[in-house]
Amino acid sequence: MKDSGDYQPYSYFQLMEVSLRELLVEKGIVTEAQVASAVEDIRNITPERGARVVAKAWVDKDFRTRLLKDGTSACEELGLDIPALKLVVVENTAAVHNMIVCTLCSCYPRMLLGMPPEWYKSRNYRSRAVREPRAVLSEFGLHLNEKTIIRVHDSTADMRYLVLPMRPASTADWGEDQLASIVTRDCMIGVATPRAPRAVKPS
Amino acid sequence: MTSELPPGRGHHDMGGLLAGRVEPVEHDYAEWERRVDALRLLLSGIKGGRTLMTVDELRKNIEALPPDAYERMSYYERWVTSITQTMIQRGVITTDELGRKMEQIEKRGRR
Amino acid sequence: MSARFKPGDRVRVRKAYPLGHIRTPFYIRGHGGVVERLCGAFGNPEELAQMRSGEPKQPLYRVRFLQTDVWPAYRGNPGDVLEIEIFQHWLE
Repeated sequence: MKDSGDYQPYSYFQLMEVSLRELLVEKGIVTEAQVASAVEDIRNITPERGARVVAKAWVDKDFRTRLLKDGTSACEELGLDIPALKLVVVENTAAVHNMIVCTLCSCYPRMLLGMPPEWYKSRNYRSRAVREPRAVLSEFGLHLNEKTIIRVHDSTADMRYLVLPMRPASTADWGEDQLASIVTRDCMIGVATPRAPRAVKPS
Repeated sequence: MTSELPPGRGHHDMGGLLAGRVEPVEHDYAEWERRVDALRLLLSGIKGGRTLMTVDELRKNIEALPPDAYERMSYYERWVTSITQTMIQRGVITTDELGRKMEQIEKRGRR
Repeated sequence: MSARFKPGDRVRVRKAYPLGHIRTPFYIRGHGGVVERLCGAFGNPEELAQMRSGEPKQPLYRVRFLQTDVWPAYRGNPGDVLEIEIFQHWLE
């Protein structure tokens, strides 16, 4: 397997990765091709997949209902390959804001959104998101109305969570692609909300 | 730096502890880290791999890391350590095989 | 294994601190909440972690807790909640 980039001695853990992989290949447990293919699949999983799901839910009321009832099946309807993902989608409303954390490790809907951000896996987020969600959200620049109820989900077991953010009112005439473009990863974790840039009037 | 935890509380079980500001750090994944992720998927029986471990064993082995190692190691360093430990526990590889392979690769240098 | 609880039931998380791999966070043990839904039945992670089968599958619930019940000095909307997936054998 070619490794592009600068040539430096392996760190202990990089050495472990290469050693483990070679042993597993020698023993016929995996092939280099399988690893390479899985790496490509991983590289291609980005939050845009989740954004597509959100945008579709925003424009299609029945899809939204199905999504909220069974997240995994609804994503599969869109042709998304999400092996082993048991997805629960939680919707933000004017009254309720959802926020996702995994205090015990870093459970995250990887098969839909890709790799979680470093801060999601950090001690500070995992410790404080359950206890002082408002303070944590304001550190992200999200200041919720006092009347809004916050619902924090600690993914402790088999389900994985995706926040369905509220659609900004100013996007009423937008198409799905445009809608998807404002749904960031952080919106789907629940530490941000979609921002619709002010429309530029044609001159 | 880590305050004394009551007995029976795992070091990883940090919900509700006092902690500092959340820094919105992002991380550019290195290829070796993606390969660790790939191995995890394959060994869990996903993407056509043989099921040789569960995510529960992986988590257990991460939780078993000493507190200072857990803090010091990066996310994928913890994962590669845990996957390797799990393979040893399962008897898929032995400690001796791993040691000899690591020696061999180190001598070889980067391919 | 049949489900003992249903949505709306008041439940309490057992106040036990055993060894092994546990997915019931420390901070919620001993606290009372309401079952929000039955997620289904899944292999017991405590057993799966020890290379055992995790069978029979155990009912897993989403339990909703009031933040003000869990944290003594919680500041926020008194309606703020915490939802956690908890296996049946941790609930009473």
